[in-house]
Amino acid sequence: MPDGRSITLDILRYDGARDAKPRVQAYTIPFTDDMSVLQGVQYVKDNLDGSLAFRWSCRMAICGSCGMMVAGIPRLACRTFLRDFAPGPLAIAPLEHFPIERDLVVDIGGFMDKLGQVKPWIEPRVARALEEGAYRQSPRELERFESFSHCINCLLCYAACPQYGHDPKFLGPAATALLQRYNLDSRDGASQERMEAAHSEEGVWSCTAVGYCSEVCPKAVDPANAVNRTKTESAIDWFARFVRGGE
Amino acid sequence: MEFIQADIVVVGGGGAGLRAAIAIAEADPGLSVALVSKVYPMRSHTVAAEGGAAGVVLDEDSLEAHFHDTVAGGDWLCDQDAVDFFVGQCTREMVQLEHWGCPWSRREDGRPNVRAFGGMAMERTWFAADLTGFHMLHTLFQRSLKHPSIRRFDEHFVCDLLVDQGQASGVLTVEIATGEFRAIEARAVIVATGGAGRVFRQNTNGGIVTGDGMALAYRHGVPLRDMEFVQYHPTCMPGTGLLFTEGCRGEGGTLVNRDGYRYLQDYGLGPPDPWPRKKAMELGPRDRISQAFWHEERKGRTIPTPHGDAVHLDLRQLGRAKLRERLPQICELARDFLGIDPAEAPIPVRPAVHYTMGGIPTDVNGAAPLPGLYAAGECASSGIHGANRLGSNSLAELCVFGRAAGEQAARYVREAAGRNGAALRWQAQDARERVLRILARGGAGGERLAVLRDEMAQSMEHGCGIYRLGHEVEDTCRKLAELKARLDNVALADASAAWNTEWLCAIELGFQLDVAQAMAHSALARRESRGAHQRLDPGCEARDDASFLKHTLAFHAFGGAPRIGWSDVVITRSPPGVRAYGGAARELAHA
Repeated sequence: MPDGRSITLDILRYDGARDAKPRVQAYTIPFTDDMSVLQGVQYVKDNLDGSLAFRWSCRMAICGSCGMMVAGIPRLACRTFLRDFAPGPLAIAPLEHFPIERDLVVDIGGFMDKLGQVKPWIEPRVARALEEGAYRQSPRELERFESFSHCINCLLCYAACPQYGHDPKFLGPAATALLQRYNLDSRDGASQERMEAAHSEEGVWSCTAVGYCSEVCPKAVDPANAVNRTKTESAIDWFARFVRGGE
Repeated sequence: MEFIQADIVVVGGGGAGLRAAIAIAEADPGLSVALVSKVYPMRSHTVAAEGGAAGVVLDEDSLEAHFHDTVAGGDWLCDQDAVDFFVGQCTREMVQLEHWGCPWSRREDGRPNVRAFGGMAMERTWFAADLTGFHMLHTLFQRSLKHPSIRRFDEHFVCDLLVDQGQASGVLTVEIATGEFRAIEARAVIVATGGAGRVFRQNTNGGIVTGDGMALAYRHGVPLRDMEFVQYHPTCMPGTGLLFTEGCRGEGGTLVNRDGYRYLQDYGLGPPDPWPRKKAMELGPRDRISQAFWHEERKGRTIPTPHGDAVHLDLRQLGRAKLRERLPQICELARDFLGIDPAEAPIPVRPAVHYTMGGIPTDVNGAAPLPGLYAAGECASSGIHGANRLGSNSLAELCVFGRAAGEQAARYVREAAGRNGAALRWQAQDARERVLRILARGGAGGERLAVLRDEMAQSMEHGCGIYRLGHEVEDTCRKLAELKARLDNVALADASAAWNTEWLCAIELGFQLDVAQAMAHSALARRESRGAHQRLDPGCEARDDASFLKHTLAFHAFGGAPRIGWSDVVITRSPPGVRAYGGAARELAHA
């Protein structure tokens, strides 16, 4: 052990083919001050138990793969450090509110569908040929949507969202942030179409304004703000129907 | 096993694969595209690219200047026809991304901004703060959702390429979540699986960067080209290898040694002033800057850290406001992983493996030597990088060659004959049994996967590092052969079908060992020094155009060492010259 210290990880294990229900398995591992929780579970896999399943790739908090519940809070394993929890036991579990595929791996197919629903692409407000070059967009215009474009789809916000836990059909924080990312882009002209996804019963209105999503977001996207904006716009839309003389 | 039909299968959902898939959908929405990736596309390693993507925009800049910077940066091993095609398409692709919503950083007048980058004579690197790859990848992925003809196979691992009568005809995949096999039959296959940097120990790459596509093509007789050219990025976090973008230096950061001295001036990149200046000092090319570190370390002028020696990347002179605007991710990485505020203290950095210049050889349309096979992005050797890639050329390459490969594949399948379905199914079954045998071996054998992987990475660093010695490269060649034999005795703890990543890692290690062998044997055969391939043995220390102005070709040989061949470099109008930076370049120009 590098400097003699160790930490115990209580890792939730589940393999549908052999386990009736999830169980906790404890592993004690050596660690150093600069080791992340991801490096901790990698140590387990490489040295103690090759059957442990988890997702990871970039190690630098940008690919969004390694979200887990660490000590009960949704976090990126690569950017959370073992030193803060020594000597443990440190509880490591899959992200809450998602079905478990195996061990620390959850099924995110539902989110992938929601992503498509918000039409996350530019529908140009004014068409422009490539030969005409780039659209002009001032730094101020960029700033209007920039923070919403920082979402890495790590889904910590869904694990933090009580409403998503209650109803997995709820559009939820990250997808709403992406909806706003395009709606607020000066190049885009499809906000009305995108709002269809937000108006519905499972759209933004079922949000109970807890705000925990923004607290756990590792990229300061502030999805709660996106949801609030969308609620306001959705309400304005609703009243606008009467101003226009009804439908 | 399920059998699925598509017109074209794209392997890899990073920048190149997504750009190719969109190009096919735009060229002909009637063509069915199967986009296969072992991770969800937005996890692909394009996501980690930081600094920017090249494309000439300034009035005082020119395609000619981008061409010459690239060719000289590649130490004249570039195929100049490919470079010409490339520089001519870059800006169009950057504008295309802009139209698709990529949040490029802007100038006050609303035009996309450009920054200076290493080895580039002008500011021509488009950037989205220091999250350029992230934004390009998410823009391309989200755009791809608009096209119903693109059917995704997320978290499907490709075990083998299917080849019918000398034509690429599909892939065998395993769905990671269930362990179920799916064979996807197609009339063209585009490989866009990225690089292979994980064969080295300290590297900037994500865990998924294991050279899968290179190995798949290689095993089916496609040679891997210029594999000895592996790029060390000079400014990475000691230990983990996490990347601090070249954009740090493009924005005005300096590199200093233990004494606070800007040591690059001692290695043909000075004089240090006036500052800032293009193609000099900290804005020299990556190979030269990483080599300078190697010398500084041996002179004892570096700074010890728990993970090896370092130099300092000093960003203090940029000020907090500019750091926050231009380099937010760098600040975040320094804070979270090192406890350093770059506005207050310098960042310890050292070189780490970053990029594989070589790969599957392609023409300017992305076509590989096997009919029906295309490659784009880092897994390809399109000929534009030569012996050393310039920073910001690879993100542009994803788009330029991703699109070219997609459009060419779309043309090809209109003419291509149907495949022999029965033969493909037999082949898929055979490949399935081969990979299942690894699983069936279970606990027998006693070799541990992680041990083999670490030995491979150590050995690559020993023999194929920044500087190479013939006898050390030979050590590595021997070690890799030994590891390949031992791979057959790996004991797996996991017998499950669902999410058996241990089994998939064993398959990946097989890919990695093949790619590593191609690198090491190519390095041994190239008895000269050029770009990122520097040899210290007598007689090999200098560039030798008479003998080695050639591409290396490594051919796979089952059960043995690769066979090395050579092919010509395309020189159209820039004859090999002296590669000079800083004051030396000015003197040369005036001579």
